[in-house]
Amino acid sequence: MSDAFISGIVVFVLSSFVGFEIIRRVPPTLHTPLMSGANAISGVTIVGALIAAATGSGAVAAVLGFLAVVFATINVIGGFLVTDRMLEMFKKVPGRKS
Amino acid sequence: MTELSYLAAGVLFILGLKGLTSPASAKKGNRLAALGMLLAVIVVVVDLVLDDSSMAWFVVIGGVVVGTVAGGLLALRVQMTDMPQLVAAFNGFGGGASALVAAASIVAVGAAAPTETAITTALSLTIGTITLTGSFVAFGKLQGILPGRPIAPPGGTATNAILAGVGTVAAVIAVITGDAIYYWVAAAMWGIVGVTGVFPIGGADMPVVISLLNSLSGIAAAMAGFVISNHGLIVGGALVGAAGLILTIEMSVAMNRSIANILFSGFGGGPAAEDIGTKPVKRATADDAAIALAYADTVMIVPGYGLAVAQAQHAVRDLAAALEARDVKVHYAIHPVAGRMPGHMNVLLAEADIDYELLLDLDHANPQLPHTDVVLIVGANDVVNPSARTDPTSPIYGMPILNVDEAKTVIVVKRSLSPGFAGIDNPLFYEEGTMMYFADAKAALEDTLTAVERL
Repeated sequence: MSDAFISGIVVFVLSSFVGFEIIRRVPPTLHTPLMSGANAISGVTIVGALIAAATGSGAVAAVLGFLAVVFATINVIGGFLVTDRMLEMFKKVPGRKS
Repeated sequence: MTELSYLAAGVLFILGLKGLTSPASAKKGNRLAALGMLLAVIVVVVDLVLDDSSMAWFVVIGGVVVGTVAGGLLALRVQMTDMPQLVAAFNGFGGGASALVAAASIVAVGAAAPTETAITTALSLTIGTITLTGSFVAFGKLQGILPGRPIAPPGGTATNAILAGVGTVAAVIAVITGDAIYYWVAAAMWGIVGVTGVFPIGGADMPVVISLLNSLSGIAAAMAGFVISNHGLIVGGALVGAAGLILTIEMSVAMNRSIANILFSGFGGGPAAEDIGTKPVKRATADDAAIALAYADTVMIVPGYGLAVAQAQHAVRDLAAALEARDVKVHYAIHPVAGRMPGHMNVLLAEADIDYELLLDLDHANPQLPHTDVVLIVGANDVVNPSARTDPTSPIYGMPILNVDEAKTVIVVKRSLSPGFAGIDNPLFYEEGTMMYFADAKAALEDTLTAVERL
């Protein structure tokens, strides 16, 4: 196995643990924004999509790259925007005792 | 430099998710994560420009423009009640993008890829494809385009096992030989499994399915990161994989069923209990409900999917405000699997400007219920069914429920006596302290409000 692959595995495993520890503490009331926000983060695949679209040669590669960019951009833009919209609504009503 | 920038993006993702651990910091957190994404995109574009001047700009820019318009319109126009299907669709797009990145790599590199890259390519391709197809079936069910009830494929689980087996064998051959055709066979098989696998899963199990697909979209992105040796993708993907997995586990715990049971059992397809509708119930009118609520000291509102269907979140808020004006203490009890995705009810009530501190989860609501005067159940059923506690033969026996039967009075707003998703009778409806108010949730709440105001 190449060094790059092994360092990739290290990063993957450590990130999974960090993710697990942080996300365990997200309260149920925020589960939907968590899911849509995390969903937007999974759109980081847009980086791969941009590389594929920019460097691919030939019609097949162009179509695959174009679709990958479209899908990933929908995921990123839509995901972050809708999460922002939802979180805008989560507020404490001032002056109310709870 | 590039690597360090991706590290910075990864740190922003982590800080962003950390922000989501509290409603006060959540909005900032989401924006930090978005900033991380912007950084990652800028870095890759700069890198591409420095690397190669002959890149296909029109493909890149065209794709970004189309994606931005489509994603933006979807995000800004969606109704909060439709959030589960939107998140399902976004999951699908994310998984599809990762599968396409793998596919582009197969076309570009082909058999020349080293074994470890070939393995991650196959994983990214197949996991991404099943996420794509499974998510769009989930979308179709939630949107009402496809039937919400469980429909098993011919041959049931065995068919899925065979398809998955063929897909796995094809993927292994693809990795060994590097022959592209086997990759496409593997993708096709797993794509079909996404369809036939989600079709048999009923509507109320959707919180688990969406969580799992969320996790898979992250894992597919991480695998795509291995394919193109990019740590930004690996970090982001792993975080999302973990997030989705936690939610999947929490949802299945909240239903007291294993993930395997939810995915493969087609729960809820059985015939309804026979004696439903033959036993006597105490019927309530808007005036009965208004009197009970207005003269109570404490009220607990239990929302369910019926509230979302009826778009009744604002009607709930108005009624609660009228009760609070009469010095009634109103809280909301939210079961983890109320609605069609984790946290679905919380978002709807937040949309109606209800203070999130008034929303109690299962562990905080149950100790309050014995001291609650009136419980108002709006469109929930299985999550308040006491047979989960008392009847070992019940299909939902052992599921943690809201113990509303411990309150003094229970008002159930429901369209009819029809059983809930699980197709089982609810003994709560026939109890001494229970009143059944048969009506559409929104109309019932509005009529009750009018009646309260007349008192």
